[in-house]
Amino acid sequence: MGATHLKCRECSTEYALEASFVCNQCFGPLEVAYDHTGLADDPAATRRRIQAGPQNIWRYADFLPVQQPPAPSQRVGSIVGLPAGCTPLIKADRLAERLGLGEVWVKNDAHNPTHSFKDRVVAVASQRARELGFDTLACASTGNLANAVAAAGAALGMDSYVFIPSNLEEQKVLATGVYGTNLVKIRGNYDDVNRLCLELSGEHENWAFVNVNLRPYYGEGSKTLAYEIAEQLGFETPDRIVGPIASGSLFTKIAKGFREWLDLGLIEGDVPTMSGAQAAGCSPVATAFAEGKNICKPVKPDTIAKSLAIGNPADGPFAIDLARETGGTIDAVTDDEIRAGIRLLAETTGIFTETAGGVTAATLKKLADRGEIGKDERVVLVITGDGLKTLDAVRDSFESYEIDATTASFDQTVPTPTKVTV
Amino acid sequence: MAVTVKLPTQLRDAAGGNAEVAVEGATVGEALDALFAQHGELRDRLFQDGELRRFVNVFVAGEDVRYLDGLETAVPAGGELTILPAVAGG
Repeated sequence: MGATHLKCRECSTEYALEASFVCNQCFGPLEVAYDHTGLADDPAATRRRIQAGPQNIWRYADFLPVQQPPAPSQRVGSIVGLPAGCTPLIKADRLAERLGLGEVWVKNDAHNPTHSFKDRVVAVASQRARELGFDTLACASTGNLANAVAAAGAALGMDSYVFIPSNLEEQKVLATGVYGTNLVKIRGNYDDVNRLCLELSGEHENWAFVNVNLRPYYGEGSKTLAYEIAEQLGFETPDRIVGPIASGSLFTKIAKGFREWLDLGLIEGDVPTMSGAQAAGCSPVATAFAEGKNICKPVKPDTIAKSLAIGNPADGPFAIDLARETGGTIDAVTDDEIRAGIRLLAETTGIFTETAGGVTAATLKKLADRGEIGKDERVVLVITGDGLKTLDAVRDSFESYEIDATTASFDQTVPTPTKVTV
Repeated sequence: MAVTVKLPTQLRDAAGGNAEVAVEGATVGEALDALFAQHGELRDRLFQDGELRRFVNVFVAGEDVRYLDGLETAVPAGGELTILPAVAGG
């Protein structure tokens, strides 16, 4: 594999490719480092090799920290585990028109096995966990990751322990428990869940907590979103990415994916302008960005966007640095704007997203209204999860007609456009 | 006032292999100073320029001291102070 070691983002201390996630010296986060010598020699050949790969994230296996993709066959969809990725990138002309923008695309990651981008990160983390000899998967989750880990455990025949805040949306709880996982509801918020999982991970050495001790590998799975967007645009970068920020991991790894391919000459363009989206009820990163700081003051989340409700975001400082470096933005939107964002996306693209996608769509609208986005910009909106997971957000948001099963009742009750006679 | 400081696995090698250390102190700052008096190497691992490193979280009764009064946060007698890496989750 191209991965060579883990490296501290703060002090550059190097570690072996094992299950460690934090630097012993300074507590900085560890990241996977690669040697891609060879892949840059003939970019056209590397691109062809990618295009001949399977229709899932394992087409990018050369850029992921695993010895090899899951056996038995990497060529087809029917491999071990749940093949994630290769989700649609849709040109959203009606959305662009509504917002007065030139070119908008929607990367719809609800098209994953458990209907969110988390299947990408879990695919990579669980494969690395198997390589390292772990027999149990675990996670701290705001919901989507719970779905993905429980499903991956079932698919791979591994035990799993899934830790969630007890107030999660019913849909996310049901869509996790069905896989036969050990579902643990914590009386507290996500940050309490996370703290407990950190403590537990130190005591259960045969458990792979995908976003704790396997976090460096887990994070790399998010890069595949960037690879796919670039490949789907014909090996070019978009001008701007609008994506959600919870811990900040996805946001920063998307940029890492583009950077890696730019460095190797596989794609043309520049690192996109990175625009982050948070819910106003949990916006520590947007607040620090607005105040010109690079440390996020933790907050107690209070928002309908529960999948983004991380009050103490681990990668917040890096998300802020990234937005600044790329001339980007980090905005926060209210719960009402989130509901309107869900509706906007649904009405103009036919894509029904969960509250996190509502945050992202509402942020795109905010940027458009503010005149932040140039007419000639090619913008990609990253939609990370499915609307069926957060149904309460759209309850009572529209009216319907209830009629007798007669044409008279229909004509009386349902307004229809006036018939034009020629 | 005795306080128990709980250490994550990453710090135990610098604390004689202990997962917990008993110290005296009425505030987080005092308790940590007492911890460093016993295990000097921990100071540089947790502090930079007199402040907690940005990826170090300290909890009193499950609450991040950054929500409270930082190093001035009072620690009750017999209380627990938990040190954990900030980088996890999401």
